[in-house]
Amino acid sequence: MTDIATRATRVVAASGSRRRPNGGGPRVGTIVAFLVPFFLPFVLFYLVPICYAIWQSFLVVRRTGGQYGTSYTTFGGFEQYVQVFQNTEFWASIGRIALFGIVQVPVMLFVALIMALLLDTPLLKLKSFFRISAFMPYAVPGVIAAIMWSFLYSPQLSPVVDMLKAIGLQPDFLGPGAVLWSAANVSTWLWTGYNMLIMFSALQSIPQELYEAAKLDGASNWAIAWQIKVPIIAPSIILTTVFSIIGTLQLYAEPAVLRQISSNISSTFTPNMLAYAVASGNNYQQAAAISVVIALITFVLSFGFMRLTSKKAGL
Amino acid sequence: MSTPTSIRESRVSRTAAMALMFLLAIYFLLPIYFLIVAATKPQGDLASTFGLWFSHFDLFTNLGTLFGRSNGIFGQWAINSVIYAVLGAAVGTLISALCGYALAKFRFRGREFLFSVILGGVLVPTTALALPLFLLFSATGIVNTYLAVFLPSIVSPFGVYLARIFTAAAVPEEIIESARLDGAGEFRTFFSVAFKLMTPSLVTIFLFQFVGIWNNFFLPMVMLQKESLFPITLGLYEWNGQTARVSLLQESVITGSLVSIVPVIIVFILLQRFWRTGLASGSLK
Repeated sequence: MTDIATRATRVVAASGSRRRPNGGGPRVGTIVAFLVPFFLPFVLFYLVPICYAIWQSFLVVRRTGGQYGTSYTTFGGFEQYVQVFQNTEFWASIGRIALFGIVQVPVMLFVALIMALLLDTPLLKLKSFFRISAFMPYAVPGVIAAIMWSFLYSPQLSPVVDMLKAIGLQPDFLGPGAVLWSAANVSTWLWTGYNMLIMFSALQSIPQELYEAAKLDGASNWAIAWQIKVPIIAPSIILTTVFSIIGTLQLYAEPAVLRQISSNISSTFTPNMLAYAVASGNNYQQAAAISVVIALITFVLSFGFMRLTSKKAGL
Repeated sequence: MSTPTSIRESRVSRTAAMALMFLLAIYFLLPIYFLIVAATKPQGDLASTFGLWFSHFDLFTNLGTLFGRSNGIFGQWAINSVIYAVLGAAVGTLISALCGYALAKFRFRGREFLFSVILGGVLVPTTALALPLFLLFSATGIVNTYLAVFLPSIVSPFGVYLARIFTAAAVPEEIIESARLDGAGEFRTFFSVAFKLMTPSLVTIFLFQFVGIWNNFFLPMVMLQKESLFPITLGLYEWNGQTARVSLLQESVITGSLVSIVPVIIVFILLQRFWRTGLASGSLK
């Protein structure tokens, strides 16, 4: 905080001496006019809902005199949070999403990194074809992607199931053990190309001279990739990891679509589905507490990961 | 390209790299190819013929059925998606550009603080906002209207972040100063001078926000009950949930999915270079 403050005063001081030779420059009113069109909706549709959710999560609905009494809303302290943490469905959904994230995020980012590194070498032809085909899924909404894949998982329609059966396998993509990974596959399909392009763009901005010397010393492409390129694009890899963590915790559309064809996905499969299910039951205070907990976990994990990696990499 | 190392690179690793990339390309293209094939088939052939090859070419019949269903509701959904995404992204880009420009070019107290608030906004999970927004909107009566989806969609903290970076890079101080000396007001400077210089980056911001809104599902699902207000994603989701009872709907879900992704994929391929600028700056820290 003090850092921001000192920087701000320095900026103000500098602007006084450097940028206003004619004493003009934008007036406060003008600056505000530039900022308000964004900040007004930002406050109304971002900050206010956040504060409102936090406020709601501290309320409880009670009834006077048993089942038929009138209900009233009152301050309940951490009561809703205690309920969230005692809810076994909440922990089950967190467990699923944790398992999902621990496997899916590293697999996806590893594949994305390998693709980006290969596209950055002279080994490949048809580079733009590979790049476009990987990025194409990003144009497909999550719901549509899940619908497309659910046809490929369906025992009646899927050519993939047909082909696997032809070689003697009995795949059940929608079974109790497999369905989580079927959902993970949809996310991987959707986001690998996007993450690959972020990493690839970072690779492209590395000046060639940086590894010319290593090449002349006879370093293999492999060594250059892992010892020079990967450390340089570490910030991009961290960024894609953070975005993936946020995305995983928000998971809703893909499992919700698979739920339409598989009884092995409950209405509380992910934390977000749980929050929606609770809100549909008109328990908005409990739903608010769940949303706040999800948001807090997201913040802790993404900031924690950034701190951890930046310390390690000395960035 | 013929550096000493690349010549020494063995044929084996070239082949392996190509093979791996081909496998991955098949993985990425397979569902889309399946969808194209399935969209050309009559409903009866979906289960009975091999999914990766064509049977009867019934695409036009399927399209007719799709757009004719429930008094043309699919066409309405498509129009709604376009309204939400095109208008939302246009307004969103404009307000992001104004804000990003101000943050990049004006010096004022609290500037860095405002910017860190916006950066924090990038990390907020937007699905966590949908439920409290629903409650706030139902109190004001705009739930179940176009505005309920449109208004929250115009806010993109990531867009402001991009706008600030792009402005700093694309609009030189001298040009702003000389416009000021010519007596132009700040808004005139922005719209007549800076806007032109920023155009390529504004296209990038527009595209990112367009796709974000086009793909959005949770917000419209929470906000809308009236079918005639649905975007394509929500409409097809509802249909897909009914295929167990109305199996003939399956073909329309397939054809509708294809119709909904083709225009966006074409726009993507045509505007490739804007994506790359956006993604490159997104990865700068």
